[in-house]
Amino acid sequence: MSGKPRLTYLNGRGRMEPVRWLLAAAGVEFEEIFLETRQQYEKLIKDGVLMFQQVPLVEIDGMKMVQTRAILSYIAGKYNLYGKDLKERALIDMYVEGITDLMQMILMFPFSPPEAREKNIDSIKERATNRYFPVFEKVLKQHGQDFLVGNKFSWADVQLIEAILAVEEKIPAVLSGFPQLQAFKTRMSNMPTIKKFLQPGSPRKPPPDDIYVETVLKIFKK
Amino acid sequence: MSGKPKLHYFNGRGRMESIRWLLAAAGVEFEECFLETKDDLTKLQKDGSLLFQQVPMVEIDGMKMVQTRAIGNYIATKYNLYGKDLKERALIDMYVEAVIDLNELLMTHTFQPADKKEQHFATIVDKATNRYFPVYEKVLKDHGQDFLVGNQLSRADVQLLETLLMAEECKPDILAKFPLLQSFKARISNIPTIKKFLQPGSQRKPPLQEKDVPKLMKIFH
Repeated sequence: MSGKPRLTYLNGRGRMEPVRWLLAAAGVEFEEIFLETRQQYEKLIKDGVLMFQQVPLVEIDGMKMVQTRAILSYIAGKYNLYGKDLKERALIDMYVEGITDLMQMILMFPFSPPEAREKNIDSIKERATNRYFPVFEKVLKQHGQDFLVGNKFSWADVQLIEAILAVEEKIPAVLSGFPQLQAFKTRMSNMPTIKKFLQPGSPRKPPPDDIYVETVLKIFKK
Repeated sequence: MSGKPKLHYFNGRGRMESIRWLLAAAGVEFEECFLETKDDLTKLQKDGSLLFQQVPMVEIDGMKMVQTRAIGNYIATKYNLYGKDLKERALIDMYVEAVIDLNELLMTHTFQPADKKEQHFATIVDKATNRYFPVYEKVLKDHGQDFLVGNQLSRADVQLLETLLMAEECKPDILAKFPLLQSFKARISNIPTIKKFLQPGSQRKPPLQEKDVPKLMKIFH
């Protein structure tokens, strides 16, 4: 046993990608097991390894953790990415939850029918530019600090940079009205651990393609 | 200003109910401001009170908190319902997240179109009795303690009780095969703060009736 966290999921972003981002940002090396067939998944269930019969699964510190938010909270707490007190944690939680709502739209996007795709991109663009990005643009402008909360790198910063890059993949000019976020994106991308994660050969997964969608449906379809 | 937390939502369960449960369980009195019309929501949005333009919103300790999980995390920590260390919190989080998943299924039942209702009901019963309840039954069986985590009342117990009761509203005998969950339900219901919340006249909200759905749609759509 290596002592490194071990991630079990499909070989793609899905619900595990924020976990990969957070571990990478914290400078924590991890191993991955990729689900490729339904039999593998059924075996995991039969072995009693998945508390609620679902992945993501992260084996860490002797626990078999499931439920993405539980996993992320644990990692953030363990690696000091969760603020210095209860009030900072409240801010981080609010920001992360808002960003997660936006990411949910991106998560679901590959599974929408082709005829709905354009409308969905418009929805993502609308929400990003009218509801979510303005909030963080304002936060950064008001305190003028490098990081969203407490003048210190936190889970909220990692979640935001992940979201910005994911939305840009669909809407390349989405940051055009947001100078603070543009600077934030550059700043975060240059942090050593994140810079490493953004380089080819890292555990970062590519955007979902048709093969990924097919695999998801094959493994999880009832 | 009273110093009590102030909850902004419509006069119903929805996404605010688990917050009401937590505050009540912690013995914290709170005030409520109900959205009745779309204008009520628009006014809150326009005066900058809603970080992401959405409710629930809870005014607490000088903050206007939004996002149900963020609010729940804050209350749970402040009132010592979040375990004693990171590992207990991890367990509590896993249990609570799953309960939230089941709650989503229960909550959306009233909104299902007529032709999907029966299928949805079957899904609820299947997930509750095959995926979720067996886990909590086993947790209680394995450690034999009164509470889910760390031998003390936590948010996990409060949220599980809330969900067990909601599931029973859906199908009264749904706990038939889960004796430990039945005794858990009785035990946690008898905790004084929770017992008080379960009595008529408390701030606990009734289940959403189909006739109330149109009014709700008008506020939020």
